[in-house]
Amino acid sequence: MAALSEEVLLVVKRVRQRKQDGTLYLMAERIAWGPEGKDRFTVSHLYADIRQKISPDGKAKIQLQLVLHTGESTNFHFSNESTALRDRDAAKDLLQQLLPKFKKRANKELEEKNRMLQEDPVLFQLYKDLVVSQVISAEEFWANRLSLNNVDHSASNNKQEVGISAAFLADIRPQTDGCNGLRYNLTSDIIESIFRTYPAVKQKYAENVPHNLTEKEFWTRFFQSHYFHRDRISTGLQDIFSECAKQDEKGLRSMVVQGVKNPLVDLLSLEDKTLDEGYGSNSMAPSTSSANKTVKENSNSAIIKRFNHHSAMVLAAGAGKKACLTMKCAGPNWGCASETSSTDGNSRDSDFFQPPVKKVKIQEAIEYEDLHMENGKKTVALNLKKSDRYSHGPVPLLPQQYTTSQDIINSVNCIQQEIANYKPCLTQVMSSSTASSAIAALSPGGLLMQAGSQQAINQMVPSDVQGELKHLYTAAGELLRHFWSCFPVNTPFLEEKVVKMKSNLERFQMTKLRPFQEKIQRQYLSTNLTGHLEDMFQMAYNKFHAWQTRQMLRKT
Amino acid sequence: MKLNIEGLLVYFPYDYIYPEQYSYMLELKRTLDAKGHGVLEMPSGTGKTISLLSLIVAYQRAYPLEVTKLIYCSRTVPEIEKVVEELRKLMEYYSKEAGEKNNFLALALSSRKNLCVHPEVSSLRFGKEVDGKCHSLTASYIRAQRHSNPSLPSCRFYEEFDALGRQVPLPAGVYNLDDLKDFGRRKGWCPYYLARYSIVHANIIVYSYHYLLDPKIADLVSKELAKKSVVVFDEAHNIDNVCIDSMSVNITRRTLDRSQANVETLQSTILKIKETDAAKLKEEYRRLVEGLKEANVARETDIYMSNPVLPDEVLQEAVPGSIRTAEHFVGFMKRFLEYLKARLRIHHVVQESAPQFLKDISEKVCIDRKPLRFCAERLRSLLRTLEIADIADFSAITLISNFATLVSTYSKGFTIIIEPFEDRTPTIANPVLHFSCMDPSIAIKPVFERFQSVIITSGTLSPLDIYPRILDFHPVTTASFTMTLARTCLCPLVVGRGNDQVAMTSKFETREDFAVIRNYGNLLLEMSAIVPDGIVAFFTSYIYMENIVASWYEQGILENVQRNKLIFIETPDAAETSMALEKYQEACENGRGAILLSVARGKVSEGIDFVHHFGRAVIMFGVPYVYTQSRILKARLEYLRDQFQIRENDFLTFDAMRHAAQCVGRAIRGKTDYGLMIFADKRYARADKRGKLPRWIQEHLTDGSLNLTIDETVQLSKHFLRQMAQPFKQEDQLGLSLLTLEQLQSEEMLQKIAQIAHQV
Repeated sequence: MAALSEEVLLVVKRVRQRKQDGTLYLMAERIAWGPEGKDRFTVSHLYADIRQKISPDGKAKIQLQLVLHTGESTNFHFSNESTALRDRDAAKDLLQQLLPKFKKRANKELEEKNRMLQEDPVLFQLYKDLVVSQVISAEEFWANRLSLNNVDHSASNNKQEVGISAAFLADIRPQTDGCNGLRYNLTSDIIESIFRTYPAVKQKYAENVPHNLTEKEFWTRFFQSHYFHRDRISTGLQDIFSECAKQDEKGLRSMVVQGVKNPLVDLLSLEDKTLDEGYGSNSMAPSTSSANKTVKENSNSAIIKRFNHHSAMVLAAGAGKKACLTMKCAGPNWGCASETSSTDGNSRDSDFFQPPVKKVKIQEAIEYEDLHMENGKKTVALNLKKSDRYSHGPVPLLPQQYTTSQDIINSVNCIQQEIANYKPCLTQVMSSSTASSAIAALSPGGLLMQAGSQQAINQMVPSDVQGELKHLYTAAGELLRHFWSCFPVNTPFLEEKVVKMKSNLERFQMTKLRPFQEKIQRQYLSTNLTGHLEDMFQMAYNKFHAWQTRQMLRKT
Repeated sequence: MKLNIEGLLVYFPYDYIYPEQYSYMLELKRTLDAKGHGVLEMPSGTGKTISLLSLIVAYQRAYPLEVTKLIYCSRTVPEIEKVVEELRKLMEYYSKEAGEKNNFLALALSSRKNLCVHPEVSSLRFGKEVDGKCHSLTASYIRAQRHSNPSLPSCRFYEEFDALGRQVPLPAGVYNLDDLKDFGRRKGWCPYYLARYSIVHANIIVYSYHYLLDPKIADLVSKELAKKSVVVFDEAHNIDNVCIDSMSVNITRRTLDRSQANVETLQSTILKIKETDAAKLKEEYRRLVEGLKEANVARETDIYMSNPVLPDEVLQEAVPGSIRTAEHFVGFMKRFLEYLKARLRIHHVVQESAPQFLKDISEKVCIDRKPLRFCAERLRSLLRTLEIADIADFSAITLISNFATLVSTYSKGFTIIIEPFEDRTPTIANPVLHFSCMDPSIAIKPVFERFQSVIITSGTLSPLDIYPRILDFHPVTTASFTMTLARTCLCPLVVGRGNDQVAMTSKFETREDFAVIRNYGNLLLEMSAIVPDGIVAFFTSYIYMENIVASWYEQGILENVQRNKLIFIETPDAAETSMALEKYQEACENGRGAILLSVARGKVSEGIDFVHHFGRAVIMFGVPYVYTQSRILKARLEYLRDQFQIRENDFLTFDAMRHAAQCVGRAIRGKTDYGLMIFADKRYARADKRGKLPRWIQEHLTDGSLNLTIDETVQLSKHFLRQMAQPFKQEDQLGLSLLTLEQLQSEEMLQKIAQIAHQV
């Protein structure tokens, strides 16, 4: 069974399984164990199947337990007295690194399977009949079904995202383990909820696991922390979550500073004229200074703050991607604030066309719908993202005036009559030179007949020149794209790049465009061919110069 | 529709009308006819504002000489804006129906913060900063200085307004705050000063209470309003507290320190001016000898509204000699400050009346009553003369001088309490001198005396007889209107017990009881499972809420609530609460559902409406009694008992019940709306509490809905919610709670309508 091509990452000898000595192999994709003296594995698990590994400390036996998604578990007992602990830790650490890689894939698959079972009662029945009763293994069951469903899998991706339960923290019920300790059971769902609601914790996780802490230690610390039990008073500085609390505070504050959009709930602007300081009967010099407060009061208000924050975050996490962005902006270290503000140009100009929130809210508030006659059907308001597009575009490139056939016939008749009644007036004729120049201008290729010549361009120009021109266009286009993408120039890096790109453009013009122009000139072709390219370059130079002069001005 | 209200043609901008609106207009018309004052209670959401506006505008048009102006006072800025928008709707209806543009000028007035268009000034965040900055750009002497030194900064909007704005009156129309700003920007005029100037000739003014009730502001803004005006105080259930607040002063050690600094600045400025411009001081002296004749003449010829801070007697006399010169006055103030400082150096609580205080001050530092009375006026004159730019810096000394004038003017209705420390922190010395007004009628008296009709109206004014007593006036109409309903869309329930039969109450002795807190938690939990969308819960005080939330958290109740709904909690920080509120609405909007834990008497309970799905249930945890241990409250209760024969308990219950009614009333904002009102305290079942609820709530509070257990409440609520969730169409209401013009004119209906108004 041991495929030769598999890369073996770790081999641990003298590992017992079911009271049998053997060797544990950690391969690239699976973990396997074979009894001593035999060359086949009796135990083999793909990493993707492993849900978690448990390595209970403090027991007499040094063990590693693997729990599979199917619920089965396998115990390995490290029995080499002298190095057992080291062996186990080595295996554990390696697993630690390997498992997350596969976890994602496993999770996705698992989710997919779960979803299929939930949505299809027949399948679920089948699953119960075949798999639960162990007629066939789960793998076999899924083997041909998953691939079948890959098509509608992509469709289901568009489904509404599921929000987070507000009580997800409450679902982590601690159980006493009998000897003065608590056991918390975490599922991947809960972890996901924690990460989505508290980005600060996710960040901590990314920073610390697995370099500094194991996953288990991380969560143990999480549950011990002041951060989790907000009513407990901060235990000390070594608590890695004290920083999270600070970030949360910051996030909350930035939410508060952002203010509210609905003026009817803005308590700050509710009062028209507050009494001046010192007036009023119950302005009992509000003792907001925390120094005055007792410890208990402080922790109480911390709880209240926490509830507000928690609810706001759950709401934001549930509101899908759009809100996620704002949520991230609220979290300080995410640094995407500039992005959202710049990419979201649309929303701003659509706001502009909508009546201000305040007006709408006030109108809503004073409206008595039942006092109105119900006249007319309810219409659906057209919601325009870009109203200028609606009113202006898409328009035909040239405003054309359509003439009816009757008009054409009339005008033809008109001209015929004119010609029929034409009488030369010989005293007022043009001089011969003007007449000939007029004729030249009006003949094909003349000044007024340019349109005619353009059609012929692919006949006039030899195909090799055409090919060359195409290459030039693509190259120039690429360069120009790079150039324009530098604007707006708001970082030193971009500044450097724009200067570089400008010199590149110039070099390109010198080394490529010029020779080509000379070549066509030699072949007496219309030099107009490169006119457009030149224009594009000129445009770029102009932009560059404008930027440069502005830059100079700013510096001086 | 066009209505005939006892011979008056009233344009009403809707196709249908609620019967109670008609009834309300009838009573209002009778009040205006009698040129008297009125107290009218009508449930919120029955179109009180539009009824008021329709009738008064019609009245103004019919009898332009009888009623020249409507002054509509509301409490919050959004309320003001709502009123103006309703008025706009009415005016549009007028021009549509009558075909001609009527030349009504209606405008909203608000503080500079809401009206300023100056790019720098308006970007400031706090009202006080905006005022100060504005003052430093537009004060008269600063502008005078600019003549000699044009480089000084100026506000071009004000300059433009000053040059041109007064020549042409504001064109007729309805101006909301934003409209004023737009107009100001277009013309380049300052909208704030334009509005202040225009209120004199406007037909309708909408602004906040303070412009009429706070003597310091009223004197500046509302002094010259016509006598033949109708004044409306909307949402007036709290008007007595507004009056009291505007007349009360608190002095801390910090105030005194800052005043000390102010006085020193004054002194050095006087010295400087003496060297450079002694004539200016002489001129001031001369003016003071002549006294306040000007103001006196104005008041006698009935142009000005009297100012309670500036009593009549003061006007007839000249400023006493002892404080006439600037130095003497500064010396005088110094002495006064020293005296106050000495008074704050105490270790036990002192309570005394104003005459006692005056006697003491005259014995200790030889300050008489007379100069004290002129203090405020004298300081104002001095600040003007010294050309102090930033008035805001002198708020401390202004406060002291106002205190001096008030304490020497009123021998009754005020009390002085000096507390060496806060009750909760007896170890930290923080002496405060409370000069507290106990008689709300003092501040509102000029309003009642000056204007021919004053209407006090709100959704919750019960019991109606108490307002005329505490505000000391005699209304010609006092009426309460019920809400005619095609379906009972409100469901008041009194929960008195938990499922374990332990009484639920926020009574002081048992409020910390574990069982009570747990039962409250269970109630919330059960309700969160059955009520759709939003639930608002009110607690009696912030501290109580904090404690309960903490113990609910420990008991894991909140975790379970979170399974059903998100939880948002009011905090003392207004900005934070605003955010929570918005998120709460968002959660109700997107279907997740949410619970808002809030505090009675807090900002949320006073100013935020929870229409439709934003509040399907309101739970009132406990009876929101005011903190009774406060000495100020005790003094006020004593005063009420002695002066108005109102028993302490009656007043406390009245006060608690009006706040409870306010809280639960937040959820019902119209006839299409529906909501549960859960009173979670067994004391609500008692007749004295129940009887003080507004009639429109009381009506639906049957004996079967008293003293329920949590389980019973859940059963009743489920039933109610299921019923309410059925479709409700306009046809269901027609003829019952919604009338067409024909239906309104039928004899039978008119008889029914007559029963809606409940005269007291």
